[in-house]
Amino acid sequence: MKDSPSYRAAAPETLRIVPLDALTLIYHHASGMTHVVDAPVPEILETLGDKAMTGAQLLAQLSQAFDLGDADPAALTLRLDEMVASGLVERL
Amino acid sequence: MKHVTSLKIGPIGFRIGCDWKAPVAQVERLYADFPRPDDGIADFNVHLFAARPWRRFLRPSVHIGGDFVIPDAAPLPLAQGLLAAEMGMNLQMALGQRRYLLLHAAAAERDGRAVLMTGISGAGKSTLAALLMARGWRLMGDEFALLDPATGLVHGFPRLVSLKNESIDVVARALPDAAFGPRLEGTPKGTIRHLVPDARAIAAMGEPAAPALILFPSFGHQAAERPVLPSESFVRLTQASTNYTKLAERGFDALTRLVRDVPSRALDYPDADTALAQVERLWEAL
Repeated sequence: MKDSPSYRAAAPETLRIVPLDALTLIYHHASGMTHVVDAPVPEILETLGDKAMTGAQLLAQLSQAFDLGDADPAALTLRLDEMVASGLVERL
Repeated sequence: MKHVTSLKIGPIGFRIGCDWKAPVAQVERLYADFPRPDDGIADFNVHLFAARPWRRFLRPSVHIGGDFVIPDAAPLPLAQGLLAAEMGMNLQMALGQRRYLLLHAAAAERDGRAVLMTGISGAGKSTLAALLMARGWRLMGDEFALLDPATGLVHGFPRLVSLKNESIDVVARALPDAAFGPRLEGTPKGTIRHLVPDARAIAAMGEPAAPALILFPSFGHQAAERPVLPSESFVRLTQASTNYTKLAERGFDALTRLVRDVPSRALDYPDADTALAQVERLWEAL
């Protein structure tokens, strides 16, 4: 069986994160892109911090911190794939 | 260029060079009370030129160029040379402005604070800006508001107010003593007539104001208002800015600060009087 990939958030100095209302704005220096994001994107970045985690580790931490009743690994993988594509998260 | 003039609008200096005399003469007449660029040095050059030398005389059509150019911009007939000069200045701002975050918005000031009104063409920006001026507000501009990332203040750009179609007579009735340019028929936006900003707008054009209210007006609907969340306001203002991406993080910081600090409202209105009452009521309630 293939090893699960680990994920690491883009370095904090490359991101400007501004929570507004329901949505959060993220400016990503490396790409010059502005992202308007909803939960769980800011929570994922915060939980990853400067650590590398597998999807399962991340889901466990998110569930604990945010009291997720319906923690869904497939949905999290989907979000992580989007974040990797936009450069907000790196897949190791 | 054979005919040249220069002028300053808000903090921006322009030099306009033209193959024909008439457009420059009109610009000089309508902008007679505006200052010249500081030290005579313009920020942007506008060129109004004939496609071929003989086209200065034969079916003359005005091409718009300058420091920044749109390759496929359609020329205008010489009778619309004033419009070409205005479009040329707008184009330089839209494509070349780097210091300020350029918001496609009308702005008016009262007591040092500004209302910004943004929306697509036809939303009523120019009409509302002109009518607010008629009611004692300081006109800061009908097309661009310049947000300074360093201070969070808005600088005005009180160029000639570009009135279109039905709004021409509405504003002429509200400002019977104002100076207007010629009626330009058959332009790409219908009939256009330019209104000269009043003496106060010109005298105070270098004074920035603190943004206090952001409005998204929409003409042709029953009167209605709704609050706009900062995130929606942010997205709509990035769409209303031609240089947001160019300013990179400075633009991001300026705009996030604006939408966090300043309330936004969407405002539907059926006619200008209703809109003015709505604007002034929202202003009083701040």
